[in-house]
Amino acid sequence: MQELQYPFDSRYIIKKKKSIKRQLLEQGSGFIDKRIAVLGGSTTHDIIMILELFLLDQGIRPQFYESEYARYWEDVMFDNPELVEFKPDIIYIHTSNRNIRQYPTLSMSADETEELLKADYDHYLKMWGKIESSYKCPVIQNNFEYPFYRLLGNADATDIHGRVNYINRLNSRFAEYAGKHKDFFIQDINYLSACYGLDKWSDPLYWHMYKYALSMEAIPTLAFSVSNMIKSIYGKNKKALALDLDNTLWGGIVGDDGVDGIEIGPETSMGQVYSEFQEYLKMQKDIGVILNVCSKNEEENAIAGLNHPDGILKPDDFIEIKANWDPKSKNLADMAGELNLLPESFVFVDDNPAEREIVRSQLNVVSPEIGSVEDYIRIIDHSGFFEVTNLSSDDAKRNEMYKENAKRAKLEASFDNYGDYLTSLEMKGTIKPFEPVYMERIAQLSNKSKQFNLTTKRYTRAEIEETAASDEYIDIYGKLQDKFGDNGVVSVVIGHKNGDVLDLDLWIMSCRVLKRDMEFAMMDELVHRAREAGIKIIHGYYYPTAKNKMVKDFYGLMGFELINEDSDGNRTWEFKIKDDYKDKNQYIAVNSDQ
Amino acid sequence: MSREEVYTRLNEVFRDVFDRDDITVGDETTAADIDGWDSLIHITLMDAVEEEFDIRFDMKTVVKMKNVGEMVDFIIRGTATRS
Repeated sequence: MQELQYPFDSRYIIKKKKSIKRQLLEQGSGFIDKRIAVLGGSTTHDIIMILELFLLDQGIRPQFYESEYARYWEDVMFDNPELVEFKPDIIYIHTSNRNIRQYPTLSMSADETEELLKADYDHYLKMWGKIESSYKCPVIQNNFEYPFYRLLGNADATDIHGRVNYINRLNSRFAEYAGKHKDFFIQDINYLSACYGLDKWSDPLYWHMYKYALSMEAIPTLAFSVSNMIKSIYGKNKKALALDLDNTLWGGIVGDDGVDGIEIGPETSMGQVYSEFQEYLKMQKDIGVILNVCSKNEEENAIAGLNHPDGILKPDDFIEIKANWDPKSKNLADMAGELNLLPESFVFVDDNPAEREIVRSQLNVVSPEIGSVEDYIRIIDHSGFFEVTNLSSDDAKRNEMYKENAKRAKLEASFDNYGDYLTSLEMKGTIKPFEPVYMERIAQLSNKSKQFNLTTKRYTRAEIEETAASDEYIDIYGKLQDKFGDNGVVSVVIGHKNGDVLDLDLWIMSCRVLKRDMEFAMMDELVHRAREAGIKIIHGYYYPTAKNKMVKDFYGLMGFELINEDSDGNRTWEFKIKDDYKDKNQYIAVNSDQ
Repeated sequence: MSREEVYTRLNEVFRDVFDRDDITVGDETTAADIDGWDSLIHITLMDAVEEEFDIRFDMKTVVKMKNVGEMVDFIIRGTATRS
């Protein structure tokens, strides 16, 4: 919903929250359901109501647990039965500087302030430890915003007795903890409140009257930021940028003004501001965002513009360059198809409001109101499209992988026979039970895969680790490599044993290795391992969603028999393991390095 | 601004906040008269009224306010100095 995109009108959202919620529920479909416990050091009622709106807009339908006012710590430490019963998927601890119990006084020695700090930190440390052992779910914890007054003025930051100084120290302890713990994330309200304006962020009236740590108007900013973290944790980040060229990546129109006439580079102020934007975009590649061009231009002119000697982004930085006179909605849809991405995984960036509106209305694609060129970075950045929670080494390599895919596509076109093409790829697979180094990636894949996903069951890292440790399951991951590069872990299968039957809970594969025979290799390995475990029958399940139609008949293709289908299209398949099972994969050398 | 004008706009605010078109408030209306007017929605309501009339309730006023009539008195005082 456009009203919930950054930059949003907070007052409007607050006032209209009931009708916005109604609209979101009416219009949305294919929500994923999540149970979210909000443990607050202040009243969290409105935070929850507004967080719900942003989450619904991100495709997540939340159910909330709300702690009693300021009972965040007690709820966790004393196992509040309601919270235990609630079984949260995620815990959000919303504390603020109002929850700091004691600040240093001027008479304290340096050691005494350190002790105080340690006591405050330990209070949180105990709670986090307890959550980790009891709930095993991701945790989002606020750090602290600065106090609204400074006894020591500017020295409050440098003097060990200053509150600003104390909060800085506490925040750096929090950051250190987050750096060492998976599934633990700091919501940086220190930064958020600074962006927002500290004097506006909190309002003593709201604290003393209603026990709100934030002013009402700041709540949407806080809630939006949490929703971005949650959607990122559940793999719902955007994946790619589709960028216009003229007046978006440079000043002027390359077709009219010529390469020498466009503004990019250090010569003019306008050139500089576009350079800074290009630099910002180039950095997105490091966090795994795919860059593409979607421009109304002659291709030749577009390429010439991108080859401007002062340009930061070069043609090589993009995976797809669509520069033609077709509607941009068509170009974007084609691009998505070619990259095996859904259109909604794109963010469309264009200086022209009319183009933005067309793309939004034709496709389910977000296109921020980016304002004037000097606003571009702030607006894209604060929109949180690519919020980083778990950065895997895969993310950094993603652009490279897409480049390799482009080379494969070229090679494929040079063969008449598809089998010859597959042979020429010299593929090597590793298919093994889950291993510690891949747990993160396996969990990530289980949350990201939408299309090639039979049951759409989502796993946290902790659940993946539990599955791996248990004898009840057969779990395998598949990694695929070829002469162009390493695709990393691309497929996961999990089944739980039920006597001599194996029920498959999960079968997923990354779309970037479609039609490479990897699914057959996984099937072969699954059958071998199942047989070793004394399994006679494998049951596969297909639960339809808006996006996984491509695997509706997948088990049929693997040799399963359809034994049941209900009115919702849920299918149950059966595979009897025969003694003379013949391997299906012909092109991938599996586990050949051993 | 006349009392009537204030009420016209105030009723719109109430209808938005409670998401119900059938609400009409008057001088004697209190929280007990409107279904769902609890302490939490009260906060949203005060915020929305502040925005609508571009005023700010101070704490002393909020603490003492007994009914909608007193709220309207405050709104009229707060907007009177403006032309």
